[in-house]
Amino acid sequence: MALTLFRGIQARPLLPCSSAFIARKHVLFCSMQSTQADTTVKTKQQAPSNFTETARAKAVEKVLKDYEAIIGIETHVQLSTITKAFCSCAYSYGSQPNSCVCPVCMGLPGALPVLNSKVIEYAVMLGLALNCKLALSSKFDRKQYFYPDLPKGYQISQFDIPIAANGFIDLDLPLEFGGGHRRFGITRVHMEEDAGKLLHTGTGSYSQVDLNRAGVPLLEIVSEPDMRTGIEAAEYAAELQRVVRYLGVGNGNMQEGSLRCDVNVSIRPIGQLEFGTKVEIKNLNSFSAMSRAIDFEIARQAELYDKGQADEIVQETRLWEEGAQKTVTMRKKEGLADYRYFPEPDLPEVILTEEYVNGIRESLPELPEMKRRRYEEMGLSMQDILFLANDVNVAHFFDATIAKVPDVKLAANWIMGDIAAYLKNEKLSINEIKLTPEELSELIASIKNGTISGKIGKEILLELMEKGGTVKGLIEEKDLVQIVDPAEIEKIIDKVIANNPKQLEQYRGGKTKLQGFFAGQVMKESKGKANPGLVNKILVEKLNA
Amino acid sequence: MACTAGSKILENYRPAYDASVVRKLRECGAIIVGKTNLDEFGMGSTTEGSAYQVTANPWDLECVPGGSSGGSAAAVSARQCVVSLGSDTGGSVRQPASFCGVVGLKPTYGRVSRYGLVAYASSLDVIGCFGTTVADAGILLQAISGHDKLDATSSKRDVNDFTSQFISKDYFESQPLKGLRVGVLSETIGDGVDKEVVSSIRGAISHLEELGSTVTEVSLPSFSLGLPAYYVLASSESSSNLSRYDGVRYGNQIVSDELSSLYGGSRANGFGPEVKRRILMGTYALSAGYYDAYYKRAQQVRTVVQKSFKEALDVYDILISPAAPSAAYKIGEKKNDPLAMYAGDIMTVNVNLAGLPALVLPCGFVENGTSRLPVGFQMIGAAFDEEKLLRVGHIFEQTLQGCSFIPPIIADEFKC
Ligand SMILES: [Zn+2]
Repeated sequence: MALTLFRGIQARPLLPCSSAFIARKHVLFCSMQSTQADTTVKTKQQAPSNFTETARAKAVEKVLKDYEAIIGIETHVQLSTITKAFCSCAYSYGSQPNSCVCPVCMGLPGALPVLNSKVIEYAVMLGLALNCKLALSSKFDRKQYFYPDLPKGYQISQFDIPIAANGFIDLDLPLEFGGGHRRFGITRVHMEEDAGKLLHTGTGSYSQVDLNRAGVPLLEIVSEPDMRTGIEAAEYAAELQRVVRYLGVGNGNMQEGSLRCDVNVSIRPIGQLEFGTKVEIKNLNSFSAMSRAIDFEIARQAELYDKGQADEIVQETRLWEEGAQKTVTMRKKEGLADYRYFPEPDLPEVILTEEYVNGIRESLPELPEMKRRRYEEMGLSMQDILFLANDVNVAHFFDATIAKVPDVKLAANWIMGDIAAYLKNEKLSINEIKLTPEELSELIASIKNGTISGKIGKEILLELMEKGGTVKGLIEEKDLVQIVDPAEIEKIIDKVIANNPKQLEQYRGGKTKLQGFFAGQVMKESKGKANPGLVNKILVEKLNA
Repeated sequence: MACTAGSKILENYRPAYDASVVRKLRECGAIIVGKTNLDEFGMGSTTEGSAYQVTANPWDLECVPGGSSGGSAAAVSARQCVVSLGSDTGGSVRQPASFCGVVGLKPTYGRVSRYGLVAYASSLDVIGCFGTTVADAGILLQAISGHDKLDATSSKRDVNDFTSQFISKDYFESQPLKGLRVGVLSETIGDGVDKEVVSSIRGAISHLEELGSTVTEVSLPSFSLGLPAYYVLASSESSSNLSRYDGVRYGNQIVSDELSSLYGGSRANGFGPEVKRRILMGTYALSAGYYDAYYKRAQQVRTVVQKSFKEALDVYDILISPAAPSAAYKIGEKKNDPLAMYAGDIMTVNVNLAGLPALVLPCGFVENGTSRLPVGFQMIGAAFDEEKLLRVGHIFEQTLQGCSFIPPIIADEFKC
């Protein structure tokens, strides 16, 4: 059977979207680093240079004085169910080609789909999280077209009755992009299956089909055309990714293709009622690519308008080329494709009971928007809020830390300061370090109650992140308890003063700046453990005696 | 064994798994002796549509065995095997059963798992049973019935013990069918139906009356709407189901350096004319702008048909009709006249649209020159009430006098 699986298709030269697949091929063989790398805030730092970023933003700003951009996004989210949507194959990214297949997902004669109930559960979760109305009775339909990565010649999808529709998503724009709260409409959420992948040989003489991904469950989320800039679009997608990760229904990883966005962009002169011609952009592998591609496209269309060549904006699919930082024509759309949808006769209707939906509603976790509003009520700044809430693991860490010692500010500062710096240096995510939220709150408590100094706290933190252990254990082991006994401090001060008669003379002669010198010597003598407040208080008394 | 579905596109294709019905039969100890011929992908009513061989009717080797499961019917008729399976999308078990003088049973849609059945029209396809007696067909149905987690359309209803209902002739009362309300579909015994077929059916009706049942004629005004609706729906679904035969993963692939000609060439080469005709019809019916006029309207007709059967079966225990408007005809006679062949499905397609069970049993003969050809009548029951059909059929066949349905060609070996 393996032979039939790997049969070559001598098809490459005239593939309708060969360049798209070449681009995908690249993705296929590159290995992933962090699963949490792709939020806009971070990718902004990775963008080519700050100069081009600013120049680009300025150019778009100028364009948007005369034109309004209308942006809508279709997002495909791969669900992380244990088995595929309609068969019992387990799927994992990067497996040996055609190793996660069976008669059903290979489309063998006679094989039939049976719906994985987890897909419905995840769809309902996301539908509710996106504030949608759920269809208590929906169905599957067949979307028909021929392509070698589509084994049955049709994709099982939902057409006229999606499982969820008419929702919205709330988000807060990062301050560096002007900040502000936004609400974008969600047109629909529907369930469907993924297709396989084509692998092209180096010589280009034939292609091979890998069906591992065929039948993997997807949710397609279609937005209302509510976004007006590349940043808004990228933040919409980033928020969607957050919701997916908060819910745990998928890993939302863009590089692996677990979260894929196709963007529709049109512009119109401000004041014009009718919409301009819509252009679709594909091959957006990161949020920053998305934002840049859209801004490029807005500028390109505006330039055509300016030149009086608006009729050259045609309905087409354009590809974002990361290297050249521009969009290029992939295929022109000659009329609408006819997918000949009809109800999937192999699957019964999807019926949801109110009881089932309510059960899921009640078990939903706190979602990003609720979390941000809660952090806001705690008195955190928007910058801090976004930092903490953007990554679900960071948010969980923060929440667990403040559960014990409710000093919100201190916890936020530790996480955003020393811990974030360490994570960045070591290229780790917060759930990969040895430090637990419990120990962080212990650390904060120990500093607050004066057991250790802040300086020692920083040292311990490093050790906790690298090697683990407990705050109490480390303090004991290293004898780090702060000296708060005035008598003991007095003893050290006496010793320091006795050892530095010359400086004492100078001080008493009026060079009072030397107090700092004495304080430093005392700290050194106490190995940093002396309480700085007490040291200064006693020192002044002694020096002026 | 290869699995070709009678199509060249699956020449030498060896399936990777057993169909659920085959697995169940093997678990019961059945011996699978072979696979039988059929019209390509079940599309036809004569078995002439096979890409491989022409199957003859054991009663007259110059006649068709019916179809599409003509090979299965002919094999049982010629006593080459005890029982056989077929698939019934619009009559493909019942019509060849009638043509070959054997018992053909089409179960309720969902009674038997379709997993492993090469799909023609998924919402209509049912795996059915052939036997020389009602008892055999019932035993076979028992073995293959029940829910299958690999087929989401298979029913979770309990499967009763069909054979426990069988009563031997020796224990009958004088009128074993007393109280049975039988409705004869008046549309099926009028114009356009062979006179001799009608008289065979009338013979069966009076036999049912002798057994104690009350027989009334009943009209189903939606009856004539079934045929066009069936062809729209079946073609639409088949145009989709057959998309997977693209030469990419299995089956015959033509060499091409361009994708669309690989598809076009492999399919042009692999499919026969009747299959192409139905793919074209179905693709057309599902196309944007035509969907409402064809597919959607046909679905509405289907709902009407279902409703009218339901109403009739609230009044009558069973409904009867011929299984086909004629007995078997000559090989080649309708080969170039698809519409005439389609019209021959008038008796059976409504039952598929309604998803109901039906049993065809031989009840008489028509003269055919020097020989005779068998004729079967169809009993239609309420959904999931195969039990009643089998009980009535079993009594009927035991009491039918003067008819032996063994083809003359093998009669010497089967003197009884
Ligand atoms: Zn599978």
